[in-house]
Amino acid sequence: MSTTTKTTVPGPGLGGDPLDPPAPPRPKRIRGRGQRSRTASVLSHGVLITASLIALFPIAWLIFLSLGPDKDDYLHPGRILDKAGFANYSFVLEHTSFFTWMGNTAIIAGATCVIGVLIAATTGYAVSRMRFPGYKKFMWALLVTQMFPVAVLMVPMYVILSDLGLIDTYGGLILVYCSTAVPYCAWMLKGYFDTIPFEIDEAGRVDGLSPFGTFWRLVLPLARPGLAVAAFYTCLTAWGEVAFATTFMLDDGKYTLAVGLSSFVSEHDAQWNLMAATAVLIAIPVSVVFYLVQKHLVTGLTAGAAKS
Amino acid sequence: MTVAAQGTVSTSRGSRGPRPGPIKRLKRSYQKYWYAYAMIAPVVVVLGVLVGYPLAQGFYLTLTDANSLNSARTIGVNHIDATYEFIGLHNYADILWGPTAYDRFWSHFIWTVIWTAVCVTLHYGVGMGLALLLNQKLRGRTFYRMMLILPWAVPTFVTVFSWRIMLSDSGVVNSFLGALHLPQPQWLEDSTFQQIAAIGVNTWVGVPFMMVSLLGGLQSIPSELYEAAEMDGANAWQRFRNVTLPGLRSVSSTVVLLGIIWTFNQFAIIYLLFGSGAPDAQILVTWAYYLGFGQQPRDYAQSAAYGVLLLSVLVVFTAFYRRWLARNEQLAG
Repeated sequence: MSTTTKTTVPGPGLGGDPLDPPAPPRPKRIRGRGQRSRTASVLSHGVLITASLIALFPIAWLIFLSLGPDKDDYLHPGRILDKAGFANYSFVLEHTSFFTWMGNTAIIAGATCVIGVLIAATTGYAVSRMRFPGYKKFMWALLVTQMFPVAVLMVPMYVILSDLGLIDTYGGLILVYCSTAVPYCAWMLKGYFDTIPFEIDEAGRVDGLSPFGTFWRLVLPLARPGLAVAAFYTCLTAWGEVAFATTFMLDDGKYTLAVGLSSFVSEHDAQWNLMAATAVLIAIPVSVVFYLVQKHLVTGLTAGAAKS
Repeated sequence: MTVAAQGTVSTSRGSRGPRPGPIKRLKRSYQKYWYAYAMIAPVVVVLGVLVGYPLAQGFYLTLTDANSLNSARTIGVNHIDATYEFIGLHNYADILWGPTAYDRFWSHFIWTVIWTAVCVTLHYGVGMGLALLLNQKLRGRTFYRMMLILPWAVPTFVTVFSWRIMLSDSGVVNSFLGALHLPQPQWLEDSTFQQIAAIGVNTWVGVPFMMVSLLGGLQSIPSELYEAAEMDGANAWQRFRNVTLPGLRSVSSTVVLLGIIWTFNQFAIIYLLFGSGAPDAQILVTWAYYLGFGQQPRDYAQSAAYGVLLLSVLVVFTAFYRRWLARNEQLAG
């Protein structure tokens, strides 16, 4: 083992590995596991910084543009520096129905989240712990539901919702979002439940809990990280969805944020500055929630992915 | 039924006697599994009503000549009944080999396939690279991760909106290219550059999901394996090839499949980036939406037929993919 060691290796397409020279007789400094040469460090940092900048830039740019008060300012970003201010924000907050949209979205996202996670959790538990006839077909159906193109469902869904009188109501949109988010969440939670030892269920059953009791009192509390991810996923789906919301919410007072944002273009003849400010305002709450749960995100997602 | 999941003990299918009659079996199955059925019932009901029924209805629509002029509708107080007719498989025939079928379907189909392949490759490649970098002991690792997750944290319609401003004619991307004395293409107007822009934006949006998933997968590979590989004299590439990649197999197969499905059906990015103005950059999903909702008269039947075609492509693909995976796994042992 004459070469230096490293716990991980950059993948292909990253310019190869600067380490591993063709076996020098004996390196002067012996590095321990997990230590890299200076070049490798600099290279890693360089790549990561560049990637971070690329990831950050569009968002930072949007925030910057939202500070310019005139609607043509995005064409001349240089001018914004001199007159940057929060005029757009105060306009959006005071003179548009931003808070109505926000309220609508919050109601829809919250309800989708609660209902969706509850349904997904029971389903995930059932497919994780029990082998019932039709099990395989059911898992397959969950996966296939992921593939439904918006276009094929849109018209019939519209017809059904209007038959049920659910067009322009929160309930309709919540149901629609549940049907899109639940299959993935159930699939993911199944993986998470698989990682919880089966002995816990058995202990619960021996102590006289019903199957639902075991699920509700023992497994759910243990699965909190997984549930957090599922909750977040459903929330995000509902918060940022455009196509269904545009089609099913026709009343100005029922717009969600996504629909409201796109209404800026026609209504105020493309006031990009206001749109930018609104977009930033929309992004703030989600991003905050996102970073609160992001620790669980990794474990939850891969537990789900790894065991499917 | 395949092998029971790992650790499935008493609750799974136990000993099996001789097969009893069908009614008795049904009854017994109900007694044995009623709680499982009770727990999946809500999903089955919701999906059945909101996905299964619309799907059946949508499929029926594809066999008719329904559009917004002959469908049932209510104008004021007058209710007009639907007058569309059953025309059999005519819609499919028309889409697949009718006149101008190439322009209407096949060109979009080819572009959709290219789009999916390129996007998923980029997602996976870049995501994997970044995950490997982040999996090292590195100063500021948490910070980098927070930054790199950003495109995922901010809602898509917000970021796409930002990209649209950046890519506009005198936007910051072109200013930057101009400063470097490079050509400044019309990202949102020229058809080739529209496609490049769409792929670029989608890559930007999709990499964080791959990165986070693969990072989780990497962290679950026990480091003893790497130690053992080093002891055996494996170099960095060999360790990547023979330890990392197999260790990531199950995560990879899932995220790649999800990635393909999601990218194939990626509606928001193209719709928000170009509206319905870019005929060459429309993938099948957005094109079907355009037919059904973006034009007058709305052609419900053709739009739904596109949807059914899309769905069947995906189902066939997934079936093959999973069979291929299963075979690979058996080979790997």
